[in-house]
Amino acid sequence: NPAPRGPRASGGHHDLVQRSLVLFSVGVVLALVLNLLQIQRNVTLFPDEVIATIFSSAWWVPPCCGTAAAVVGLLYPCIDSHLGEPHKFKREWASVMRCIAVFVGINHASAKLDFANNVQLSLTLAALSLGLWWTFDRSRSGLGLGITIAFLATLITQFLVYNGVYQYTSPDFLYIRSWLPCIFFSGGVTVGNIGRQLAMGVPEKPHSD
Amino acid sequence: MTLTERLREKISQAFYSHGLLCASYPVPIVLFTGLCILACCYPLLKLPLPGTGPVEFATPVKDYAPPPADPDHRPGEPSERPEWYVGAPVAYIQQIFVKTSVSPWHKNLLAVDVFRSPLARAFQLVEEIRNHVLRDSSGTRSLEEVCLQVTDLLPGLRKLRNLLPEHGCLLLSPGNFWQNDRERFHADPDIIGTIHQHEPKTLQTSATLKDLLFGVPGKYSGVSLYRKRRMVSYTITLVFQRYHAKFLGSLRARLMLLHPSPNCSLRAESLVHVHFKEEIGIAELIPLVTTYIILFAYIYFSTRKIDMVKSKWGLALAAVVTVLSSLLMSVGLCTLFGLTPTLNGGEIFPYLVVVIGFENVLVLTKSVVSTPVDLEVKLRIAQGLSSESWSIMKNMATELGIILIGYFTLVPAIQEFCLFAVVGLVSDFFLQMLFFTTVLSIDIRRMELADLNKRLPPEACLPPAKPVGRPARYERQLAARPSTPHTITLQPSSFRNLRLPKRLRVVYFLARTRLAQRLIMAGTVVWIGILVYTDPAGLRTYLAAQVTEQSPLGEGPLASMPVPSGVLPASHPDPAFSIFPPDAPRLPENQTLPGQQPEPVGPGESIQDGPVPEVTWGPEDEELWRELSFRHWPTLFSYYNVTLAKRYISLLPVIPVTLRLNPREALEGRHPQDGRSAWSPRGPAPPGLREAAGPLGPGGAPVPGDVTLYKVPAWAPSADGSIWSLELQGGLFVVGRSSGRLEVWDAIEGELCCSSEVSSSGITALVFLDKRVVAARLNGSLDFFSLETQALFSPLQFRGTPGRGSSPSSLQSGSDTVACRLTHTVPCAHQKPITALKAAAGRLVTGSQDHTLRVFRLEDSCCLFTLQGHSGAITSVYVDQTMVLASGGQDGAICLWDMLTGSRVSHMFAHRGDVTSLTCTASCVISSGLDDLISIWDRSTGIKLYSIQQDLGCGASLGVISDNLLVTGGQGCVSFWDLNYGDLLQTVYLGKNSEAQPARQILVLDNAAIVCNFGSELSLVYVPSVLEKLD
Repeated sequence: NPAPRGPRASGGHHDLVQRSLVLFSVGVVLALVLNLLQIQRNVTLFPDEVIATIFSSAWWVPPCCGTAAAVVGLLYPCIDSHLGEPHKFKREWASVMRCIAVFVGINHASAKLDFANNVQLSLTLAALSLGLWWTFDRSRSGLGLGITIAFLATLITQFLVYNGVYQYTSPDFLYIRSWLPCIFFSGGVTVGNIGRQLAMGVPEKPHSD
Repeated sequence: MTLTERLREKISQAFYSHGLLCASYPVPIVLFTGLCILACCYPLLKLPLPGTGPVEFATPVKDYAPPPADPDHRPGEPSERPEWYVGAPVAYIQQIFVKTSVSPWHKNLLAVDVFRSPLARAFQLVEEIRNHVLRDSSGTRSLEEVCLQVTDLLPGLRKLRNLLPEHGCLLLSPGNFWQNDRERFHADPDIIGTIHQHEPKTLQTSATLKDLLFGVPGKYSGVSLYRKRRMVSYTITLVFQRYHAKFLGSLRARLMLLHPSPNCSLRAESLVHVHFKEEIGIAELIPLVTTYIILFAYIYFSTRKIDMVKSKWGLALAAVVTVLSSLLMSVGLCTLFGLTPTLNGGEIFPYLVVVIGFENVLVLTKSVVSTPVDLEVKLRIAQGLSSESWSIMKNMATELGIILIGYFTLVPAIQEFCLFAVVGLVSDFFLQMLFFTTVLSIDIRRMELADLNKRLPPEACLPPAKPVGRPARYERQLAARPSTPHTITLQPSSFRNLRLPKRLRVVYFLARTRLAQRLIMAGTVVWIGILVYTDPAGLRTYLAAQVTEQSPLGEGPLASMPVPSGVLPASHPDPAFSIFPPDAPRLPENQTLPGQQPEPVGPGESIQDGPVPEVTWGPEDEELWRELSFRHWPTLFSYYNVTLAKRYISLLPVIPVTLRLNPREALEGRHPQDGRSAWSPRGPAPPGLREAAGPLGPGGAPVPGDVTLYKVPAWAPSADGSIWSLELQGGLFVVGRSSGRLEVWDAIEGELCCSSEVSSSGITALVFLDKRVVAARLNGSLDFFSLETQALFSPLQFRGTPGRGSSPSSLQSGSDTVACRLTHTVPCAHQKPITALKAAAGRLVTGSQDHTLRVFRLEDSCCLFTLQGHSGAITSVYVDQTMVLASGGQDGAICLWDMLTGSRVSHMFAHRGDVTSLTCTASCVISSGLDDLISIWDRSTGIKLYSIQQDLGCGASLGVISDNLLVTGGQGCVSFWDLNYGDLLQTVYLGKNSEAQPARQILVLDNAAIVCNFGSELSLVYVPSVLEKLD
C-alpha cells in the first residue's frame, strides 16, 4: 500500500532497518522468556551444559527466534500492501499489547497447566490461538500467513529434533509436542500484529520499552 | 432485524436514562459504588495473602496417623482435607517451650542474671531430651532412632558449621551458640554478644540464626539487658523423621513431670500441618515480570488515549480503579460463594486484566467527549452512553461467549480462570456504568466550569509576576491541537489561583516552614541513632558494660550461709557432709514442702526489687511459632539442602517447661566478669555460723562417752570464708572454706596443721581417704592433695580400736610434720558444682548438678568414665569396695553402675522428689527421698523390695549397721529395722522433751555405736544387744 508509505519514502530504508531491529529484539526477549517458562516444567530438554548457562537455553535459540520475528513482522505488512487490503482492525498499541499478553498467556497455559491428555491440551491451545487471531487480526492474509508459518516452523523443529539438536519430553506428534504448531501460529499472528503496527508508523511512535 | 433493532433501541434508551441518572446524582452514586466494592471485597480478608505464604491445616493429635501417600480421590465426595495433605510430612517438629525466671528477684542481682543461668539450663534440658529412652514391650527406643538425621550443612554455610548440628539429630537449642558445650557457656563473658554475632545489622525479614536457635521471636526471648519483665523463654526444637506417638508421649510426660508447669492450660490437642508453596525462583520471576511489563504497557497505551477531558490523569486513574476493583470484587464474590482460589493470583492477574480490558471505558469516554459541547452535562453523558450502548453490549456478549467456550475446555485451572473472568467482567460492567460514568460526568462538569472561567478576563486573575516559561507552553499547547474543536486550552495558573487557594496556602505554608525537610532530617537522626544503638560493637555493649559495673554486689546479699545455726545440715548421714551454698538440687519440689524454711535472707536483701515475674502459660503460648517468620522452617531446612517447597511439615503441640531458679542459682552461674565479687569472702560471717562451726568438728568425731567440744579459736575470724565442707579421719580433719582455702586441723590439739590456697573457688565437698584429700570446688574443678606426714597413720588401726582409738601417739601430730601438697588438678571436672563426692577402691566418684557422674582414678586423677543417665542433678552417691556405684538424683531416680566398665546396670525410679540419701548393703540398696519414704531395693535386680513410710521431715537420715540392720531417724527417736523382713525391731527414744526434734543425721560408727544429731544435741547409742542377737 503506497499511501501510508508515500510520505516517508525518503527514510524508507532507514525505517525498515529500525523496524527489523525492533522486531528482532522483541523476538529475542519473547524467546528467552517463553523458554524459561518451558524449561521450568522440563518440557524442553537441552544438553546439560546448556542448562548451566544464564538463560538456560541454547545460544542459538534467541537469535533464531529474533530473526524469524523480524522476517514475519516485515512480511505481514508487506503482504498486506501486496494484496491491497490494509489492515484496519484495532490498529492501536493497546491492542498490540493485549495481543502480546494473550500470547504469553497461551504459552503460560501450555507450560503450566495440567491437562488430562495431550489431545485436550492441543485442542484447547488451538482454540485459544484461533481466538487470538479472531480477536486481534480477523484478516484472511493474517490467517493464511499464520498457518503457513506454523507449518514451516513445525517442519523445521521436526528436522532439528530428528537431528538431535534438542528434544522434547514425551513427544506425541512425531518428534515434537502437538501443541507446538498452535504456539507457532499464535506467535506468527502476534509478531505480525506488532509488525503491522510498526509499519503503520503512527505519528506518535512510542519509544520501545 | 427488527428484533435486533428494537433491542438496540431499548438498550440505548436504558443507557440514556442511566446516563441522566448518573450525571444528576454523582456523589451518592459514587458513594454507593464505593460501598458495593467494599462489601464485595470483604470476604477477601479471610483469604491468605497471595504469594508464597504457607497454608495450614490442623488435625487432632488423638489417633493421628500420617495421611496415606496415595489418596483415593473420589470426585463426588468433597473432602475437607487440602490437596497437599498426602503422604508423610518432611518432618515433625516438636518445640519444647521453656519459660524460666529467677525468682524471687533481688535487687543485687545483675541484669545478666536474668538470662545467664536460665540459658544454662538449656544444656541440662537438652541432655535430658537426648538421653530420653522409651521402654515398652516392643523394646527400647531412643531419640536417635526417631529423630530426623541431618547430614552436612550446605557448603556455603561454613560460618554456621559450629552452630548447627551436623551428622545427627536435628535438635536446636540456644545451647548451640556454645556448641552445646556447657564449659564454653560458662566461660563466655558476653552472652548477648555471642547470640547477636550472626545477626544481620540491617533490617531482615527472613529467619535469623538467633530466631532459629531460640525458636521464639526475638522480642519474646527476654534475652536482653533492659527487659523489665525478667522472664526468659526459648524453645528446644526437635525435628522428628517419623511420628512415634508413644515416644513423643513419654517425652512429653517426662518433661512435664520433671519440670512441671503448674498453671499451664495448654490443651495440646492438634497437630498443625504447614504447607509451603513453591518458591519463586529467578526462572519464574522473569516471565512474571514480563507479563507485568506488558500489562503496564497495555494500561499506558490504553489510558493515553483518554483525551479532551479536564483531568487526564484522574480519568486514567478512575479507569484503572474500575478494572482493579472489579477483579477484587470478582475474587471476593467467588470466595463468598464458596470457591477458594487455587491459582496463583499474582500469575493470572495480568491475564485477567487483559481479558477484561479497558476498551469499554475508552469507548465510553470517546463517545461522551464527542457529544456537542454546548449541551448540558447530563444530556452529554446520556447521549454519549446511548450512542455507544450497542457496541458495549455487543463487546461484552462476545467476551462472555469466548470465556464460556473456555469454560468448556474442562481443564480445572482454565475453568477457574474463566469463572473469575466472567464475574470480573460483570462487575466491571457494573462499575463502568456506575462508577466510571459518574466520574466522567464530574469531570465534564469541571471542564464546563473551567470554560466559564476562561470567559473571564484573563488579566483579572493573573498573578502580577508572570513566569517566563508560561507563554511558550501556552503556544505549544495551541500548536499541538490546532484543529480539534473541543480542545479547551486554559491558563492553569489563573484557574488554580481561583479554585484552590486553600490547598495552595497549605503548600505555601509547608514550603515556608520547610516542614518536610525537617521531618526527614529528624527521621534520619532517629534512624542513625537506632543503627548505632543496635550495632553489636557499638553503644549497646558499652551501656551493658556500664550497667554491669554499677551493680553493687559486694555488699553481700548472699554472704550468709544457708545453714541454720546450730544444726548439722539435714539429710547427710555421712561425716563428709558437704554444704552446698545453693541448695539448688532440690529446688522446685522443696518449696512445696511444708515446714521448709524460706530462703534465708540477709539483712540487706529482704527488700525485693520489683514484682516477681510469675511464669504463666496462656493460649497465646500454644502456637508461638506463628509469630515466627514464615520463612523460619524453610530457612532451617534449606541449610541442610532440604526444600519445603510444595511439601509440608507437621508441628506437634508444644511441650511447656517451666524452670524456676532462685537467686542463688543465678549467682552461681555467673561468669567472673558478670560480677566479680559474687562469691568472694565478704566480711565477718553472721554469728550463728561461728557457733555452728564449733560442734561441727566433734560431731563426727569417734569420741564415745563424753562429747568433747572443741572451740577452735582460729575459726572465729572467718575472713577466710565460711566452712562449706569438712572431712575427718583419724585425728585430723580437713576443712574446705568458701574462699577456696583448704585447712587441715588436728582434732585433738585443735591446731591448724597446714593449709592450702590454690584457687579462690569455694570447696563444696571433700574426700579424705588415707593420705589423700580431694576437694571439689564450686567451679566444678577437682584438686587432689596428698598429706605428707612423717609417720603413716593407719586408718585400720584406728578403726579397730574401740574408744579413744585415735590416740595422738599413732599420729605424728605437730604442725611441722603434716604438709599438704597439691598433686593433681582437674580444672573442669564438671560444668556445674559438684554435689556429691565419694571415694573407694582407688576410685573417686563425683556427682554434679550437670546430671553426670564421673569416675576418676584416685592416684593420677585420670577421668575414666562419664556416666550419663540422670535427668536431674546428682544428690547422693554411694560407692564401695566391690566397685559398685549407686547414684541418686534430683529426678528421683537411682542408677546402679558398674565402675569397672562404666555401664549402667540398672535404673530405678525411686522417689517422687529428690533422692536425699543412698546407701547399700551387700544385697540391697537403701534410699530415702524427699517423699519421706525409705525404699529398699534388691541390688542385683533393681526390684523394689519394700518401703518404709517415715515421719514428715526425717526421712533423710538412715544408716546401716550391718548387712541386716538398718537404723533410721524419727521424731526424737531412732528406729532399728531388720532389713531382711522389713520389721521394726526397736525404737530408741533419745530424750524426754525432744518429740519435736527429728533426728536429722545418723552416723554409724564401726563399733556398732550410732551418733545421732537431733536438735542441738548429739546422742550416742550403743546397739550391742541387737548385734548379738543378729550374730
